Amino acid sequence: MSVSSEQVRHIAKLARIAMSEEEIERLVPELNNILGWVEQLGEVDTDGVEPLTAVIDQKLRLRDDVVDDGNIREEVLENAPDAQHGFFAVPKVIE
Amino acid sequence: MIELTKKTIAELRSGLRSGEFSAREIAEGFNAAVAGAKLLNAFTVTTPEDALAAAASADEARARGDLPSLAGIPLGIKDLFATRGIDTTAGSKILKGFRPPYESTVTANLRRAGAGMLGKLNMDEFAMGSSNETSAYGPVISPWRRKGSNVALTPGGSSGGSAAAVAADIAPGVTGTDTGGSIRQPAAFTGICGIKPTYGRCSRWGVVAFASSLDQAGPMAKTVRDCAILLEAMTGFDPRDSTSLDLPVPRWEAGLSSDLKGKRVGIPKEYRIEGVPSEINALWDQGIEWLKDAGATPVEISLPHTKYALPTYYIIAPAEASSNLARYDGVRYGLRVSGGDGLDGMYSATRAEGFGAEVKRRVMIGTYVLSAGFYDAYFTKAQKVRALIKQDFARAFEACDVILTPTAPSAAFGIGETTDPLAMYLNDVFAVPASLAGLPAMSVPGGLDGSGLPLGLHLIGNALEEQTVLNAGLAIEERAGFAARPEKWW
Repeated sequence: MSVSSEQVRHIAKLARIAMSEEEIERLVPELNNILGWVEQLGEVDTDGVEPLTAVIDQKLRLRDDVVDDGNIREEVLENAPDAQHGFFAVPKVIE
Repeated sequence: MIELTKKTIAELRSGLRSGEFSAREIAEGFNAAVAGAKLLNAFTVTTPEDALAAAASADEARARGDLPSLAGIPLGIKDLFATRGIDTTAGSKILKGFRPPYESTVTANLRRAGAGMLGKLNMDEFAMGSSNETSAYGPVISPWRRKGSNVALTPGGSSGGSAAAVAADIAPGVTGTDTGGSIRQPAAFTGICGIKPTYGRCSRWGVVAFASSLDQAGPMAKTVRDCAILLEAMTGFDPRDSTSLDLPVPRWEAGLSSDLKGKRVGIPKEYRIEGVPSEINALWDQGIEWLKDAGATPVEISLPHTKYALPTYYIIAPAEASSNLARYDGVRYGLRVSGGDGLDGMYSATRAEGFGAEVKRRVMIGTYVLSAGFYDAYFTKAQKVRALIKQDFARAFEACDVILTPTAPSAAFGIGETTDPLAMYLNDVFAVPASLAGLPAMSVPGGLDGSGLPLGLHLIGNALEEQTVLNAGLAIEERAGFAARPEKWW
């Protein structure tokens, strides 16, 4: 499989990274080079192999459903590029 | 007093206990060394006052006669660890100015053990790189140079600032992180030791995420003993990391022994790959002899899926990175760039401006392999091959106790010398399989190549067998007698 400039433009949109046409054109051969290389995995017989999801066997723990932190709104907002009235502020989304 | 900066952590610890010098003298010595090494570009931010404050506590504790394990030891901290109130940027422009309101578990553990902080160490952006050239702060320059040459060399990556700081005697020990070799390859390039423990030993809480199923923190220092001391302080169960191992911390330092009688050392035949310089294979053979001398028996083993480890990694790591890095959206922290088109435009403009070329490349690959129609062909396939790689190791460890290989397929290369992304990825060919299997692995210096640059030997242990790895590392360290240090030019 190889990607076209059309597909790279689509991936950039999915990844929310603005890209110029030059960047797209430069990425097409780069990505195809990498994807062509990873496709050698097709040689490996993986019939009946379970995909690995946890590298060290362990059970996910449960904890009591209680608030164990919080009340640090000001601290959290301190790093926001734009905070107003105790909230994160973003560009208008509803006209 | 400058001699203090050449000492190991174990030597500093005993000198402090015996009253030969004070913690304040140690901190001042290293603060001065850091300030005098700006040309290396190893730090993104320096915190001399932090090192001095910890030193003051250590000197008071000494007067009371109760010194914690790392009292008065000032450390460098990779910029991937969240440090409360101190810039934490992961080497990226997108996190510029981010001051976490919390401390990572690993650095909190180190602080509890009495360590101070010299500053935050430069690194490849989001730990994506093998040469430190992807850092938004510019590359770290290795203190090492080829014989008779002034060419600027890479300290390796992504923990390049960490490696350079230890090699240049500007920090006695540092934290690193290793997703696919980021502790071990730079350790090898700079003639120091570095260990990545079993996945889950070090809490990932407060470590900026790259690829969560692979990321593991670990120490880098001058000696195997120092690595054991630091690792003991860094590890431990943390309920805030869902993959943290709920196990007691072994006493690795007390368990150190270079007597390997009865141990079998696996030599994987698939690691004899084409194009690796003969000096590296010769050092590998020498390493086998050293371990035999320590009482171990070499056995040939087979890890049949070795050649598929790198392509597997370059699906799984970018896929996880594309998800993890979705959080950098210009809303909660870091950079925001206004785009022309509302919220989506702001996201896209912020990420375009904030991420460097390699990070964009990996986010793009990750987004592609996770996208509808390709997920099974790429991501699920890679997870299946990963299972086979893990199984390879499980079988190998029925026949051996520890595996010996070279750490990297070359010595350090020049800044700007490797421009092809794929060629750069190949640097981690020996390091990545152990990462995919979550196993503990360490690099120890073995010798110098013909141009006078360090080469490392790589030890891989079975899950939770850090002690075996450290002990084999110690056996090599004692026999290699590696004492070379870069000549000071900075």
